Amino acid sequence: MTRVRILAGTRKGAFVLTSDGSRAKWDFSGPHFAGWEIYHLKGSPADPDRIYASQNTGWFGQLVQRSDDGGATWQPVGNDFAYATEPGTHLWYDGTPRPWEFKRVWHLEPSLSDPDEVWAGVEDAGLFRSRDGGVSWTELTGLRTHSSGPGWQPGAGGLCLHTIILDPARAGRMFTAISAAGTLRSDDHGETWRPVNRGLHDEGTLPEEEPEVGFCVHHVEMHPSRPDTLFMQKHWDVMRSDDAGETWREVSGNLPSDFGFPIGVHAHEPETVYVVPITSDSLHFPPDGRLRVYRSRTGGDEWEPLTRGLPQEHCYVNVYRDAMAVDSLEECGVYFGTTGGQVYASADAGDTWEAIARDLPAVLSVEVQTIP
Amino acid sequence: MTAVRVVLPAHLKNLAHVEGEVTLHLGGERDLEVTRQALLDALESAYPVLRGTIRDRATGKRRAFVRFYACQEDLSNEPADVPLPAAVVAGSEPFLIVGAMAGG
Repeated sequence: MTRVRILAGTRKGAFVLTSDGSRAKWDFSGPHFAGWEIYHLKGSPADPDRIYASQNTGWFGQLVQRSDDGGATWQPVGNDFAYATEPGTHLWYDGTPRPWEFKRVWHLEPSLSDPDEVWAGVEDAGLFRSRDGGVSWTELTGLRTHSSGPGWQPGAGGLCLHTIILDPARAGRMFTAISAAGTLRSDDHGETWRPVNRGLHDEGTLPEEEPEVGFCVHHVEMHPSRPDTLFMQKHWDVMRSDDAGETWREVSGNLPSDFGFPIGVHAHEPETVYVVPITSDSLHFPPDGRLRVYRSRTGGDEWEPLTRGLPQEHCYVNVYRDAMAVDSLEECGVYFGTTGGQVYASADAGDTWEAIARDLPAVLSVEVQTIP
Repeated sequence: MTAVRVVLPAHLKNLAHVEGEVTLHLGGERDLEVTRQALLDALESAYPVLRGTIRDRATGKRRAFVRFYACQEDLSNEPADVPLPAAVVAGSEPFLIVGAMAGG
């Protein structure tokens, strides 16, 4: 019988929630790695029992944990994220050069076909790959050493590589997103990269009209059936590209605010997109204290608020960039976690919502596995 | 051979799957000066999961929020190659690795 497993990373540990296909009742386990920040967990598409987790604290640094039994037990694997060449410098907030320095793993992206292969996006921005189940890590230096790298500047959360997308149709093509450099694409398995940000604008902050980099991209998603179409939630603006990032156009349309962090795409409808608008860059909570997911069934521009089951007053939480995911059951489930510790689930593509966890630590990431 | 007692902070005890103190046997057949460097090398050799959690993997430096104490003294900023206090080397006092009080 089909099962759904939610992997929630929080400020103080990881939690695993499982349900059968009805998604009516959830079994809860955790906290795993209690007291540690879990920026991200993700399961292997090739082996759902294989899960990777990024574990970190400011005290004791970075660890990567691996489970081979669906999250029941874990073992620490490799944590040596050494930049492979002279780190060089990027720009600090004040515009001065700053040496690249590893801080943490923001995102783990398991290979689509090999459970032992996994990619890691790190702060300060770099891309690493393991081919031995996370035991050893090798940097793909072409990203960090791109000619634009010395001009990359951190977003408020740091110079983080937070998004990794593997193209399921074109071997070797992948996308990354870095705050606040922008989106980059590789067509050769991550060896070389080029920025793909044409059409993005950060009015009032960039001196050039069409800069190559310098964009605070918050998250990017792709529907596997249309790998040339990308949806982006930027610092401000919701964007889409239909040519694998070559050009972007704004699809914010009638959203009450086009500031936000996560963006999601329906598992079976590649033009159905979800965002969670946040009031502004300085007010990281929903407009009017009402938590509303917005859904577009037209690939953007026209958005409808989804409110049933979500708090519609006195709600001042945020939803982080990696904290929304979908399952792939016939009736697509949508899930997101909040800084208030709630995990909300919808078993009907967003029409209705239920809090399946209410009092967790601040949720940093939510991933979902649909297990046959 | 010198038996040195080490007390780990709770998170690192959990990682290393140890309870109470850790006893490290340093030196072997040759005389080895018991320094912090030698102690941490031995600790990480016995518990590889601790690599990178006390000292930065890239620089080898003490992580900023990790402190070292022994014999009522803060040894955090002592050079890594200075011999540890005699009482630690003799095993009568433990070497304490402590997470700094910071954050929430």
